[in-house]
Amino acid sequence: MLKYLIEKEFRQLLRNPFLPRLILMFPLMVLLFLPLAANFEVKNINMTLVDNDHSSYSRQLRQKILSSGYFRLTEISSNYSQALKTIESDKADLILEIPPGFEEDLIREQTAQLMISVNAVNGTKGAFGSSYLSRIINDFNMSIITELALIKDIRMVPSFQIISQYRFNPYLRYPVFMVPALMVMLLTMICGFLPALNIVGEKEKGTMEQMNVTPVKKPTLILSKLIPYWIIGFIVLTLSFGISRIFYDLKPAGNIFTIYLFAFIFILAISGFGLVISNYANTLQQAMFMMFFFVITFIFMSGLYTPVRSMPEWAQILSIFVPLKYMIEVLRMVYLKGSGFADLMVELFFLVGFAVFFNLWAVVSYKKVN
Amino acid sequence: MAESKYQMNRIMVQGHNIFRKYGKVQALSDISFEVMEGEIFGVIGPDGAGKTTLFRILTTLLLADQGQAMVNGFDVVEDYTSIRKKIGYMPGKFSLYQDLTVQENLDFFATVFNTTIEENYHLIRDIYVQLEPFKSRRAGALSGGMKQKLALCCALIHKPEILFLDEPTTGVDPVSRREFWEMLGKLKAQGITIIVSTPYMDEAEKCDRIALIQGGSFIQIDTPENIKDGYANPLYAVSSESMYALLKDLRSCERVKSCYPFGDAHHVTFFDDSFTSEDLEKFLQSKGHNDNNISKIRPTIEDCFMNLSSPGDAS
Repeated sequence: MLKYLIEKEFRQLLRNPFLPRLILMFPLMVLLFLPLAANFEVKNINMTLVDNDHSSYSRQLRQKILSSGYFRLTEISSNYSQALKTIESDKADLILEIPPGFEEDLIREQTAQLMISVNAVNGTKGAFGSSYLSRIINDFNMSIITELALIKDIRMVPSFQIISQYRFNPYLRYPVFMVPALMVMLLTMICGFLPALNIVGEKEKGTMEQMNVTPVKKPTLILSKLIPYWIIGFIVLTLSFGISRIFYDLKPAGNIFTIYLFAFIFILAISGFGLVISNYANTLQQAMFMMFFFVITFIFMSGLYTPVRSMPEWAQILSIFVPLKYMIEVLRMVYLKGSGFADLMVELFFLVGFAVFFNLWAVVSYKKVN
Repeated sequence: MAESKYQMNRIMVQGHNIFRKYGKVQALSDISFEVMEGEIFGVIGPDGAGKTTLFRILTTLLLADQGQAMVNGFDVVEDYTSIRKKIGYMPGKFSLYQDLTVQENLDFFATVFNTTIEENYHLIRDIYVQLEPFKSRRAGALSGGMKQKLALCCALIHKPEILFLDEPTTGVDPVSRREFWEMLGKLKAQGITIIVSTPYMDEAEKCDRIALIQGGSFIQIDTPENIKDGYANPLYAVSSESMYALLKDLRSCERVKSCYPFGDAHHVTFFDDSFTSEDLEKFLQSKGHNDNNISKIRPTIEDCFMNLSSPGDAS
C-alpha cells in the first residue's frame, strides 16, 4: 500500500509543470550563485587620492595600492575638502591623503604621516577597505625601510612580522566555507518545506478528508508524503556533492557516508518540524508564512553567514535550539577538517534529540487538533 | 416513528443524543435518529444547519462532544477502522485529485480500499459509461456534473454498504440533478443504504424518509408524505397582479397566520378554519387587489419546513 501511495505522489509530482524543474534548478542556483553573490570579500573599493607630495614615493605607493586589485582610483583631488565631496556624493568609499613632504620625511626621519578617511555608511566595506589599505601601506613601509637601509647606513629597526597560516582553508576561500552550509539550506527547503506544504495543500483541497475515510492508516499516509521528499533530498544532496566537486574543486576531507548518515537524521528532524507546522496550518498561506518565519530565523541564527560565537549572548543561547546549526557544523567539519563520527558526538546527540522532539510533537499536535 | 412500509429489518445508522460545539457555536444539539437498511434517508435543511457536521461525525472524521453514533453496528469512535471499510463518503466539496486522470482517480480509490475496478464494476457501470470518453482527462478539467459522477464512482468503487452524500447536488444543473437522483434510486435497488443531505426541498420528496434540520437540531423525522399530511392548517396559494403589494397586505391581515412567497404564488395559512378563501377574497378586494387567484393546495416539504421552523410556533 505504501509503495502504491508513494508511486501516486511521484506521479503527481512529475505531472506538476513547475516543481520538478524547480527542484533541480534550486541546488544549481543556490550552490553556483549564492557563494558568489553573498561573498564577504570586499572588492572594488572606490578611492579618492589627494596627493600633496607628487614625489616618486607617493607615486610608488599609489601604484602598489592599485595593483592590489581591491581598489579603484575614482578621482584625484587637489585638496581634502574637495575629496570629501566625492564621499558625500557617494563616488568614493575612502580617501587617502598624502601630505606634502611625505618623501622627505620618510628619508630623513624614516616615518611619515598618511591620512585615511573612510565612508562608514556601508560598515563592512569601510572596515575592510581601511584594513586592506593599512596592510598595503605597512608592506610599502617595510620595503622602503629595507631599501633605505641599503642606501643609507641606518640602523634597521627590529620589527615583528606576523605570518598567518590558515588551517583547513588555506586560501580563506569563501565557497569552501559556504557551500557545505548551503547544502543544509537545500535539505531544509526540500525535506522540511515541500512535504509540509503538500500536506496542507491536500487539507485545503479536501482530498485529505477523502483519504481519512479510507482504511489507509494515518502513519502510512504521512510516510507516503515524506518518503518521496526524502528521496529527492538525497538526490539533491548527491547532486550538490557533484556540483561542489566540479565547480569549486571541493571534496569532503572526511567520509562522505558520515554526511549521508547525518543528513538522514537531519532530514527526520526537519520533516518532523514540517509536520508540526502542517498540523497547525489550515491553508497554504498560513503554512508558507510560518515556514518563512522559522526558516529565516533558523538561517540567521545557525551560523550560516555569521559565526554563532560572535553573536550576543542571548542569540547564542537561542541558537542552541536551531537544528540547522548542528547540521551546518557537521558538514563544515566533515568537508573541511575531515572529522569522523567520534568528533561529532555532540551534534549527533542534538540532531537525534530534535528528530525525536519534533516527531513526537507532530504526533501529539495531530491528535489534539483533529 | 419508524414506518413498516419499507423492508426495515436492520438498523444501519443510529445516532443517540449527539452534541457538538465549535467554540461557542452549538453546531449540533441532541440529535437522535435511526436509518434502516436499504433506505434513502435525507437530511434536509438550510446552509449552516449542521448537516456537514453530522456527516463528519458519522463518517468518523470528527468526534462528537456527547452522545453515541453507530454505523453498521460499529461505534464511530471505537470501531472507526471497521466503519471506514464499509462506507462511501462524498464530501460537499469536490475532493478528488485534480491532477490525476479520471481513470487514475478511480484506480487509486479502488487500490486504497484493497479492491479493483473490475471487481465492483457492476456498481458503477451506469455512471461510468458516461465518464468513459473522458477517462484520460484530468479530474480538474471535468465539468461540474462530470466531477460529481466521478466522485460518486470513487465513493462506490469499494462496494460500500452505506453511502454518505453531503450536498451532492449543490451547484449542479437541474438535468444533472435529476440524473443524479435516478442513479441513487438504482443504488438503493442494489441494497445500498444512502444518507444524503441537501438544501433543496424538492429533493426531499425523493427520499424514503427525511429529517428536517435547523439550528443544529432535528425538528422532524418522517416520510415526506407523513410530514406533508401532518401540516396543521389548510394551505392556500394566492396570486394577483401585484405580488409584492399582495405579500405586504397578506402579512398585515390579522387572520393570516403565515405567508411566504413561493415563486409564482404566496402560500398562506390562517389562524382558524372559519376564515375561508371567500373571506380572504373580500379582504383583498378591500385592499384594492383585483384579479386574485386563491386556491387550496397540498403543502410541499418546503411549506412544512417553513411552518416547523418558524419561531414561536409549535404545531
